[in-house]
Amino acid sequence: MADGVLFEFLHMEMVSHVFKDQQSTNGEMNNKDRAVCTSVLEGMGFRVGQGLIERFTRDSPSFKDELDIMKFICKDFWTQVFRRQVDNLRTNHQGTYVLQDNKFVLLTQLSSGKQYLDDAPKYLAYSCGVIRGALSSLGLDSVVTAEVSLMPSCNFQVT
Amino acid sequence: VLVLSSYNNSELFTLTYGALVTQLCKDYENDEEVNKQLDKMGYNIGVRLIEDFLARSSVGRCQDFRETADVIAKVAFKMYLGITPSVTNWSPAGDEFSLILENNPLVDFVELPDNHSTLIYSNLLCGVLRGALEMVQMAVDVRFAQDTLRGDNVTEIRMKFIKRIEENLPAGDE
Repeated sequence: MADGVLFEFLHMEMVSHVFKDQQSTNGEMNNKDRAVCTSVLEGMGFRVGQGLIERFTRDSPSFKDELDIMKFICKDFWTQVFRRQVDNLRTNHQGTYVLQDNKFVLLTQLSSGKQYLDDAPKYLAYSCGVIRGALSSLGLDSVVTAEVSLMPSCNFQVT
Repeated sequence: VLVLSSYNNSELFTLTYGALVTQLCKDYENDEEVNKQLDKMGYNIGVRLIEDFLARSSVGRCQDFRETADVIAKVAFKMYLGITPSVTNWSPAGDEFSLILENNPLVDFVELPDNHSTLIYSNLLCGVLRGALEMVQMAVDVRFAQDTLRGDNVTEIRMKFIKRIEENLPAGDE
């Protein structure tokens, strides 16, 4: 049984590697490079999210509706994957959800200084993929984005 | 009704690791290069993981390499991977030993595809051990001698003590 901290270290190093790798081929990093990096990380997360749901839910799940699925994501899934529950779930009842995690596990290692706010998206891309992958395996196609206004609090938007 | 395993996110770690290896295989042309990247990344993790280890275990300074081996197998592996490899095959000089892992948590559900016969899937572990020990002033060589993914019965990591490192050398990322 692997200790949770191993995932955090691995994730940090993965982000670092993906960005370093892209930088070395192009010399500098522009927005397009950044987009490539976040896309690579998001893609990795997607497959892992799918894999996690396949392992979690051996009996076929019976969710009443979309909201039920989102609640599962916020509670059980979030606890298994991000070590706590989502603090706040909001929806416009038209297919958009905002999941707020006030102490997002992958942001707590980073300093809360302003310069890290700009970097935060790097550290959220993989998780967005994991969530999108999980939802996909649960039958929901979505777009998942994340934003940070105050470290280490983070909002994931699912549409 | 969903059946969830009791809390453990080691699946997250092993799946993430698998996704990483898959991505590296896509990015690099040959297994040799992937092995190198895994080792490098492991090193970068190891130099930080050691602080976590020292903070959470109550292990003091090891007197010799034998003690180091025991700490790695019985404390570190247990703490981080939930397994206790056995320590065997000591060299006569006492500077080299093997860790035998009956099962390797990294490789649950993993099969190596045919065109990756020289891939050392778990090579990150070698880098982690090397990086961590460097931070406690030991230069070591770490490599896989046997690998269940490649058909061996057990997974064997061979560790060799190279030399003591001066304390004032700066260490950085590779």
